[in-house]
Amino acid sequence: MSFVGRRLLQLVPVAVGVTIVVFFMIHLIPGDPARTILQQHATPRAIAELHREWGLDRPLISQYWLFLNRLAHGNLGQSLIYGVSAASLIWQRLPATLWLIIYASVLAVLISVPLAMIAATRKDGIRDHVVRAVPLLGLGMPPFWVGFLLIYGFGITFRVFPVGGYGTGLTGHLDAMFLPALTVAIALAPVVIRSLRASMLSVLGADYITTARSKGVPARRLFFRHVLRNAVIPAITVLGINIGFLIGGTVIIENVFAIPGIGQLMINSIFQRDFPVVQGVTLVFAVLVVLVNLLADMTYASLDPRVSFDR
Amino acid sequence: MIEPSVGGQYFAPGSGAVIELDRPPADRGTQQRRATWYRQPALMSGLVITAIIIGLAIAAPLLTSYNPIAQNLNDTLQGPSAHHLLGTDQLGRDTLTRLLYGARVDLRVGFIAVLFPFCLGTILGSLAGYFGGWADLVIMRLVDVVVAFPFYVLLIALVFVLGPGEKSIYIAITIVGWVSYARLVRAEILVAKRQEYVLAAQGGGLSNLRIMGRHLLPNVISQGIVYAMSDIVQDILAIVTLGYFGLGIPPPTAEWGSMINDGQNFLTTHWQLTTIPGLAVVVVGLGLSLIGDGLADLLRPGQ
Repeated sequence: MSFVGRRLLQLVPVAVGVTIVVFFMIHLIPGDPARTILQQHATPRAIAELHREWGLDRPLISQYWLFLNRLAHGNLGQSLIYGVSAASLIWQRLPATLWLIIYASVLAVLISVPLAMIAATRKDGIRDHVVRAVPLLGLGMPPFWVGFLLIYGFGITFRVFPVGGYGTGLTGHLDAMFLPALTVAIALAPVVIRSLRASMLSVLGADYITTARSKGVPARRLFFRHVLRNAVIPAITVLGINIGFLIGGTVIIENVFAIPGIGQLMINSIFQRDFPVVQGVTLVFAVLVVLVNLLADMTYASLDPRVSFDR
Repeated sequence: MIEPSVGGQYFAPGSGAVIELDRPPADRGTQQRRATWYRQPALMSGLVITAIIIGLAIAAPLLTSYNPIAQNLNDTLQGPSAHHLLGTDQLGRDTLTRLLYGARVDLRVGFIAVLFPFCLGTILGSLAGYFGGWADLVIMRLVDVVVAFPFYVLLIALVFVLGPGEKSIYIAITIVGWVSYARLVRAEILVAKRQEYVLAAQGGGLSNLRIMGRHLLPNVISQGIVYAMSDIVQDILAIVTLGYFGLGIPPPTAEWGSMINDGQNFLTTHWQLTTIPGLAVVVVGLGLSLIGDGLADLLRPGQ
């Protein structure tokens, strides 16, 4: 079977698993979920209502079937707070999150590639040591804390960038989302720098580089045409693998910078104990990760003819 | 095709891919010969940093006479002074005291939290790698499902449904965190189980359990231990982040995440309330990352 076909087939168990996890979230709630969810509004009637709506009085398997059936119709349930469908709430807020994810990925690459280049070309020099210290410090920085530092530095002290919101129009988005995207990028950069430096070093040691050198290819051309091109593919793979981390980071950062995305929706819904929305957002986040990974694999396979399942 | 590589280790093509992608080969600055552990500068400095922090946390009651949770509303939001070296917070609690007591909570929970995913992941990864077939298929599909969820999304959602608190944190981190260990250990076992000592043990009629526990595990566990070091950092970050969202250790317990969260309202006037607990996390992260890097160098088979 073709790579694409098999890759798509792989999605089936993942999709089933993801829906089971999201479905079971409700059943992890200690005690009667309906009572816990409704809390002070838990009149016997309201509880019975919720039991009927979610089919809590039926066997698990038929509850799951009901859940899948609704999902197939794009129904993620009703928000307990706003009385509208969870899907519509999520749909409204998805663009801001997508913006943040893409913006942050671009910034992460813009930060990581030059730093990794500096380190790899001057291996064991002072600059290499400085760049290698970055991950050691960076991995321990809580992303939301970095956000506060950036707000304090660029937003409050120097007043260069807005410190919250989403902005309007393209330039508005680019301006308003710069600090949040930078925060996510800073959280991601250590991992990318590390692997990019390692892959550049291994490319620099490859035979074709020695050949190119001995042919007299100028250093600059050698680096950009031969080294960078081959080293960037692993970096993109690393970015793809960490997409879960990147997307998860947006949940935190949207809340620090008050960006109206689905991450903020998730945390707000948690505080309002709006279970269907929390469930819906969790599902949508998983779908995003799965789609991005699929896209990355497809792109990768089309770029690199050596990719197959039968390695 | 199996090709021999440096140091007599055999690597089956493809089997190491997961490790390579998850964990890029760690740097080796100088190609010096492998030194004994106390000659590893990274490992030593990491151990010293970590030991100092753990020492400070244990000695907290001796180092400060203040109570980390007792409010003193006459002394709120003080700047640094001789009485309060790092000032006080909005409830008049001494920041240094809360920082020291916070280390106790964050380090304890971080270190405990890493144990469960480590054990679960190692067991499941060994089963998948050793037996292959159905065990492998089922366990790896489970891995696929867990990694489909962004780390923080699943963590926050799980702690939310389980209710805030230490127990929920352990359960949630276990559910989310075991997959990395399972992948690592599986990949290592796939390589190791083709080696002669395992074939010999199988030929000798030893039970699978004995081969896995006594022969394979000691040889494949080092990658897991190295990863655990960076995982503790991740777990402490997760605990701090949950604390920031009010889903972590409930107040008024001193905890770095909730300290940062409390401080954010006073960012313009009292920046130290937010900055200092974050720096504490960074220093802990630095210490543990250095230990991890040092161990990786020490344990990696001949280079």
